[in-house]
Formats: sequence, structure tokens, C-alpha cells
Amino acid sequence: MAISNEIRVDFPSLGENEGFARLVISAFLLPLDPTVEELADVKTAVSEAVTNAIVHGYAQRRGTVRLHAFLYDDNTLRVDVIDNGCGIADVEQARKPFFSTMAAQERSGMGFTIIESFMDNTEVFSQPGKGTTVRMTKKIGASAQLRDVHAL
Amino acid sequence: MLCFEKRGGKLVVYLEGELDHNTAAGMRAEIDNQLRDRSVMDLIIDMGGVTFMDSSGIGLVLGRYKLMSRRGGRVRLSRPGARVDRLMGLSGVYDLVEKQS
Ligand SMILES: Nc1ncnc2c1ncn2[C@@H]1O[C@H](COP(=O)(O)OP(=O)(O)OP(=O)(O)O)[C@@H](O)[C@H]1O
Ligand SMILES: [Mg+2]
Repeated sequence: MAISNEIRVDFPSLGENEGFARLVISAFLLPLDPTVEELADVKTAVSEAVTNAIVHGYAQRRGTVRLHAFLYDDNTLRVDVIDNGCGIADVEQARKPFFSTMAAQERSGMGFTIIESFMDNTEVFSQPGKGTTVRMTKKIGASAQLRDVHAL
Repeated sequence: MLCFEKRGGKLVVYLEGELDHNTAAGMRAEIDNQLRDRSVMDLIIDMGGVTFMDSSGIGLVLGRYKLMSRRGGRVRLSRPGARVDRLMGLSGVYDLVEKQS
């Protein structure tokens, strides 16, 4: 599938950039005319991944978070959220609902579960000491196409 | 600054705007400051003004639930929008925190 658009934004791991990342991904998606629901799904998933990079990946230190997004010409959105932080030793365990290494700081362990339920596909690449990449894809307009088929 | 309403042992907090990791810390501090009044036994978290929420909102609500449970009080959630409702449902918050109609 050919790439029809691409953006790459690097920002420091500051809490205020969580909202910025949501704005960026919304603006990137807008030309595809997403439904309110699709937009909210993507914003929430990106917010989870960026927050994880900031609070877990870089924990107490400052680092750079990269938001790298692609649009394919079949209207599939791909978003990579990349950090060079502490990494995850056991990704399978980390993805389980309610698993959190920061439960004492009122984290619920639902971030990955939320990403998985709002996006079509989610992959996590991580290496302890090196960093983490969360790659998520979602076809935009999939529900509209379904409606059109039913209308025929 | 959040808006609060206190009547007897009941405290209503009106959350507003975007609820993420960045904003949750300030909201938590303001709510917990009000909860220093030990006579508060019934905390109502009003979500009507929330325009965005991620898992940080789940943590905020569950954290206040734990705090209130310790003093034998309760927490209720009022006016969750469709998105908030879905996230609360997904994470089992409604097993612990009643939705106020
Ligand atoms: N970018 C990352 N770098 C290092 N560890 C991570 C990263 N993302 C997630 N993790 C690990 O995976 C666990 C699960 O992440 P998840 O987002 O599901 O839950 P959480 O962040 O702990 O809580 P919540 O997202 O509900 O606030 C985290 O507690 C953390 O240990
Ligand atoms: Mg998380």
C-alpha cells in the first residue's frame, strides 16, 4: 500500500505535550473526514501511548518522544509512538488489563487495553534499556463503508 | 480551579475540560484538599464538563474510591458522556462506583 501522507514530530517528554500530540494527530486525520467516534478513538490511543512514553519510558528524566504517523491510500492510519526510555522487559505481561508497575501513582493498567480496543491493530516493540515503539493502525471510514454496503 | 458544592456530608466536584495525566494531578490535589474535611462521606464526581478523558481519569476515580472507602464513605459518578462511560465500563469502574442518574 502506498503512503499518501506522513508526519514526524519530536517533542520533549513533558506532560503538556500530551494534549499537543492529540491536536497533531487530529489535524493529520481531519482531511480523511473521520467520524467523531473515529477521531476520539485515535486521540485516546495516541494519548495513552504518549503518556506511557512520558511516565514510564522516561520516568523521572527528560527525553524525546516521537510521533510518526502515516496515511496509506486505502485510508489506513498508522501511528508510531517512539521513546528511547527504559523499555519493557515483558511486553505480553505489560499488555494485560490492569497490569501496571505504577499502581501506587494511581495508574490503572488500562492504557494498552484501551489502545487495543480503539485501534484495529497494535504492535509493541521494546528492548529494556533501549526504548519502546507502539505501532497502531486503524482504517478510517471502515464503518461508513459498511453502512454503504448495507444501503445497497 | 474546580468547582465544588458541599452540603452536609455530600461533596460534588465538577470536573472540566481535558482529563489526562497532565491535568489529573492538579484535579486530584484540589479534590483531596476538599476531602481533608473528614465529614465528607459521599463524593459525587460530575463528569458533565469533561471533553476528553484517557486512562488517567480511571486512575483518578479509582484513587478517590479507595480514599473514600477507607473512611467508610462512597463515590458516585454523575453525567458521564458516551466516551467517558465506555472507558469506565471497560475498566470495571462501575463495579465499585455507582453511576448517578
Ligand atoms: N513506553 C513505555 N516504556 C516503559 N514501560 C512501559 C511503556 N509503556 C507501558 N509500559 C509498561 O507497561 C505497563 C502497562 O501500561 P498501561 O498503559 O497498560 O498501564 P499504565 O500506564 O500502568 O496505567 P494507565 O495507562 O491505566 O494509566 C506500565 O505500567 C509500564 O510498566
Ligand atoms: Mg498507561
